[in-house]
Amino acid sequence: MGMSLGFHIVFAVLGVGIPLLMAIAEGIGLWRRDQIWMQLARRWSAAFGILFAIGAVSGTVLSFELGLLWPGFMAFSGSIVGLPFSAEGFAFFLEAIFLGLYLYGWNRLRPVHHWLAGLPVAASGAASSIFVVMANSWMNTPSGFKLTDGRLTSVDPIAAALNPSTPTETIHMLVSAYVVTGFVVASVYAVGLLRGRNDAFHRRAMMLGMAIAAVAILLAGITGDNSARFVYGAQPAKFAAMEGLYATTRGAPLHLGGIPSDSQHRVLFAIEVPYGLSLLAAFDPNAEIRGLDSFPADQRPNPVLVHLSFDTMVGLGTGLGLLALVFWLSVLRFRRISSSRWLLWLVVIGGPAAVITMEAGWFVTEFGRQPWIVYGIIRTTAAATSAPGLGILFAVFLAIYIALAVTLSRLLLLLARHNREQRVAQESEA
Amino acid sequence: MTQAGAAAALLWLSLTAYAVLGGADFGGGVWDIFAFGPRAHAQRQAVARAMGPVWEANHVWLIFMITGLFTTFPIAFSSLSVALYVPMTIALLGIVMRGAAFAFRAHGQEAVGPFSTWGIVFGGSSIIAPFFLGTAAAAVASGDIRIAGGQVVSGFGTGWSTPFAVVVGLLGVSLCAYLAASYLMVETEDNPQLQSDFRRRALAASAVSGVLAMLGLLLAYAQVPRVWSELTGNGLPLLLLALINGPIALWGVWRIRPRIARYAVAAQVALVLWAWAAGQWPYLVPPDLTISTAAAPAATLQAWLVVIGVGMAFVIPSLAVLFWVFKARNPAAG
Repeated sequence: MGMSLGFHIVFAVLGVGIPLLMAIAEGIGLWRRDQIWMQLARRWSAAFGILFAIGAVSGTVLSFELGLLWPGFMAFSGSIVGLPFSAEGFAFFLEAIFLGLYLYGWNRLRPVHHWLAGLPVAASGAASSIFVVMANSWMNTPSGFKLTDGRLTSVDPIAAALNPSTPTETIHMLVSAYVVTGFVVASVYAVGLLRGRNDAFHRRAMMLGMAIAAVAILLAGITGDNSARFVYGAQPAKFAAMEGLYATTRGAPLHLGGIPSDSQHRVLFAIEVPYGLSLLAAFDPNAEIRGLDSFPADQRPNPVLVHLSFDTMVGLGTGLGLLALVFWLSVLRFRRISSSRWLLWLVVIGGPAAVITMEAGWFVTEFGRQPWIVYGIIRTTAAATSAPGLGILFAVFLAIYIALAVTLSRLLLLLARHNREQRVAQESEA
Repeated sequence: MTQAGAAAALLWLSLTAYAVLGGADFGGGVWDIFAFGPRAHAQRQAVARAMGPVWEANHVWLIFMITGLFTTFPIAFSSLSVALYVPMTIALLGIVMRGAAFAFRAHGQEAVGPFSTWGIVFGGSSIIAPFFLGTAAAAVASGDIRIAGGQVVSGFGTGWSTPFAVVVGLLGVSLCAYLAASYLMVETEDNPQLQSDFRRRALAASAVSGVLAMLGLLLAYAQVPRVWSELTGNGLPLLLLALINGPIALWGVWRIRPRIARYAVAAQVALVLWAWAAGQWPYLVPPDLTISTAAAPAATLQAWLVVIGVGMAFVIPSLAVLFWVFKARNPAAG
């Protein structure tokens, strides 16, 4: 399931982000009657057709796996938290419908109608991300029900959907989706620029990617900071694991990097910022932060995994923010995209780095919640299926995902080459 | 009708929509792999052109049903997931491979030319998925899945591996093929030769479906008394309607009235599903889960019905536009 999720999420975020890019590109193209912007939108729509299909099938896998792998979880929580999933179903419905119109309607719809068909794709992509993450945030801060003698009573699915984590978590995920899309798109075209394809097509695509990325990374920083502070209040064990804090401490230091050691009860090789953690979490240098040791041994998440994921996310996220800043400063300074190769190389690296940042973020929220699947209510082990042969199933799905990923990348590369050849042919005709 | 009954009926409607729309997309895959003769390439292109804009929207009916089921009948969802773990997983693999293969071929085509390996994957998985979905449906209908105290007690192999289930699985595949061939007769109205290819395929699929349906009824009579008594009980009126409607569909195909054939074949599939539903009412997973015992709390059902109402207000007009743009006008114009 974690693997399916890790695979799906890459397509899901592109499914949220790319429609926005397409809509912007086509919008500019229509408005300025500019063929290059139109062509960009058209190219993206072809690539997006494949990406969306893979995202859709991997999403289907997830909806089945909820039952196939976690029957215990679904039997308990289906009635409480199924609602956002159903709402997501509608958002996905609208996305699929309008995408069908958009992909196959280039020659059938009038240009403005075609552009309008793209807008619901972008909007429902964003909505479906919000609905799905609502369900996840419920797992972090379950609400909207009561347990009386182990039985569910007074179920309120609306309250469950709008649980305390919902505002922070859904927004952080949504802006992260734009971060990833922006950097990935910029990265792809930076490769082209590095290979000497220095034309308006590549430059504009990269500028648009970096523009979205710059706005989104700033928002991701703000919402992420907000999220962490929320976790400090709502999920102290996760927070302690994120920061690698063992003993409950007043005026806790901030650990940058380092490896938490369970045997020595401290973080090894870390840079310590005195009072940093208390200051960040509570705006008070002497605030008390609960340490991992204050939780029973069987209720602690794995601090090595969680702390390292957290620092990866924050570290890479900060790096990406700086990259966006440097990029736009240089654009302002030189009035064009700098031709400096090292900056382009950094943009190339920015794409995969953004994906890693996002995956690390998911590691924090998922592993930080362990050993619970629903925080404080159901343990992960109690919710898993009793079915045999899980190892085989895991191997089969892994093989399929690899095959899909390989074919997908090959196809996208071929598509790019085909496009390029076509363009060269057109230019030589002209 | 109670809220739980309304929820069950809505889920059944979405299953019907998935069967008559998504089923045809599986059938398209069947005709892709069985494309032969001088116009094999044109047949494949007709399939791809017909499916392209709509298959993803059709597929969402399944997702919609799954999420609806676990919201409104969570215990049924988790029990079915355990009891039908094997066929559902295989069907899921089929669905994944089918979608991926179609997308790779459809959107990669101009860059990579026809993709033969993915073509076989596309056709093969289009057969596997409806077959195993059919066996799973037969397992539910047969009443072999037993649930006690919220746990499945009947094992992972029960119900879906009987001769009856195999016949229902095959019937599922052949109905998909029948649906697809009759829809494709509409899509190829501008090309009589191609249309006559699909006419012959529709006739073949209808013959196979008819034989399998009779065989299924015989097996039900002999081995699965529960299904027999349901179909001849509450399900009888709908079953009789299906017996009247079947020849109408066949006539439409035979006399090349594709628009009549299209609706009649779709109605045939819907009638079979509704005869089954009427037969096992008020059970959801007979004989241990009824619609009312498996239902989620009232607050959830109510909220879900509201969400469905609001959601459908957006989705149905959008779907209408999609089908109007791609299906009502001359398909060759795109």
